[in-house]
Amino acid sequence: MTTGLRHLLWTAAAAAALLAVTYAIPPFRNYQLATAAAYLCATAGLTVLVGLSGQLSLGHGAVMAVGAYAVALSQNRFADAGLTGNGVLAASLALGVLAALVAGLIVGLAAARLRGPYLAGVTLAVAVALPAVTTVWAGVFHSDQGLSVYLEPPPAGLGYDFPLERWQAWLALAGALLVMLLLANLVRSRFGRSLRAVRDDEVAARLAGIDVARTQVLAFVVSAGCAGLGGGLMAVLTQSVSPGAYSLTLSLFLLMAVVVGGLGRLAGAVWGALLLVVLPDLTHTIVASLTLSPAAAQRLEGNLPLAVFGLTLIVVMIAAPGGISGVVRRLTPASPLRR
Amino acid sequence: MESQGLTLDGVTVQFGGLTALEDVRLTVPPGKVVGVIGPNGAGKTTLFNVICGFVRPTRGDLRFDGRTLRPRAHRLAKLGIGRTLQGVGLFAGLSVVENVMAGATHTARAGFTSALFGLPPSDRDERRLRDEAMELLTQFGIAEHASAEPGSLPYPVRKKVALARALAARPRLLLLDEPAGGLGAEDITELAELVATLPGRDGGGRSVMLVEHHMDFVMSVCDEVAVLDFGRLIAVGSPEKVRDDPAVAEAYLGPALEGRTA
Repeated sequence: MTTGLRHLLWTAAAAAALLAVTYAIPPFRNYQLATAAAYLCATAGLTVLVGLSGQLSLGHGAVMAVGAYAVALSQNRFADAGLTGNGVLAASLALGVLAALVAGLIVGLAAARLRGPYLAGVTLAVAVALPAVTTVWAGVFHSDQGLSVYLEPPPAGLGYDFPLERWQAWLALAGALLVMLLLANLVRSRFGRSLRAVRDDEVAARLAGIDVARTQVLAFVVSAGCAGLGGGLMAVLTQSVSPGAYSLTLSLFLLMAVVVGGLGRLAGAVWGALLLVVLPDLTHTIVASLTLSPAAAQRLEGNLPLAVFGLTLIVVMIAAPGGISGVVRRLTPASPLRR
Repeated sequence: MESQGLTLDGVTVQFGGLTALEDVRLTVPPGKVVGVIGPNGAGKTTLFNVICGFVRPTRGDLRFDGRTLRPRAHRLAKLGIGRTLQGVGLFAGLSVVENVMAGATHTARAGFTSALFGLPPSDRDERRLRDEAMELLTQFGIAEHASAEPGSLPYPVRKKVALARALAARPRLLLLDEPAGGLGAEDITELAELVATLPGRDGGGRSVMLVEHHMDFVMSVCDEVAVLDFGRLIAVGSPEKVRDDPAVAEAYLGPALEGRTA
């Protein structure tokens, strides 16, 4: 059996299980599941970039924004032109990925010449510059206000009272499973090995016949494509896009998520994506249980997730440098998500 | 393929005002082991770096198999040139067998699409690379370490892995940068036997060039020895001839031999 077929079977099994889950949980939980799936696209791509190719990106939130804006713009254009249907949505998402791939290529070409803190600086600049871009071309991006995204109701064939959230969960999960399938294939191939070789020793990699710069750009492009799909799905979920939703904080959250989950492991990206959904929810519950003035509560709720995440990061780094997936690996001798 | 070996024709390298190599003329014939010796700072590593394309010569030409050599480092493997690094230079995050597989990366035929979708061509490449790597590890007697990470292994084993990685692509010219460095006497004897087999492997005709400080090792494995001093070649010839050369004794071997008991 080929690698692709084996991974496809695992993906199909996961899809079947998740499908059952979407029927078992209420709409709000389905929405959270969908959000985690959209994050997973981005964290999976990011863990390959940072963990396997060894290139740091502080700008993946901005790459998600590129995907999100591209989906928003194309969805709305298609709707204006009278084009609707799920094929159109798929085309919009594909355009979102395409836009992110182009962005990844541009950043990657610059990144291949930079190392360590300089690379971090460039990607940071991308994240910081994003709101300014939406303001300068306000005619297209509507500055801080952002865009609303046209989303059709679930297909009529699913029934009259089919919840929108379940439909959104299906869309996001399909995207996340596709990303996981393709990345799992890639990681198992010589490209995955080349990424790790370049990360470990660039001179030795060159002598082994690996084109270091090309490998690094490729990692950026692949990772950006995944983040673009994640951003596009996020736009479909929230049915809006604004710079505030893709701030530097999101970029930092994504990075912390892949580190806490277990850097360089796709299973770690799953844990990270779940944390990105669970932690804000948890802090919301904590804040709600306290009796605070509305202003204090709002400020606390805005900052508490970051504080909790930061604290989790420190604890995980000290207690289990392999992240959550590292701990799980130690506890389970054999699992399909071992790589 | 008929190999004509490596020829350096008047290679000069200057770093600013410093001349690291001056008018070096040297041939590494197919099937032969050529050792380059010389005191520290004589230009041995610069010589390797010129051949690898890490450093461009200020003047002079390099020819490999009759063609002018102006490589970019990652194209070396494709041209049929392999090199080990000082120390070991292994990929710490890759297992031993993956390290050796990485050495033959350019021989893989399947493209990116095949890898992305996990199609049979990519799988065939992987299986072939793994089989060949395992074969090499078996020949080197270190197959039992295949799935270990290099960091967990004794230094002599890591040295062998590094050599296996450089051999994985079946280079027609193999450059060994201080292969005996850091090894004990027993391991050096074993290494000497191994290095002596390198020219004849994979159908024969492989040129081997090595830079080394360990004199007994050089004298025992090399067909020819070249002596560098302040960037100039002061002697080239058989180990015996070089050993007896008064210029060499004066520049390098003399003071070194006084302190030696062997």
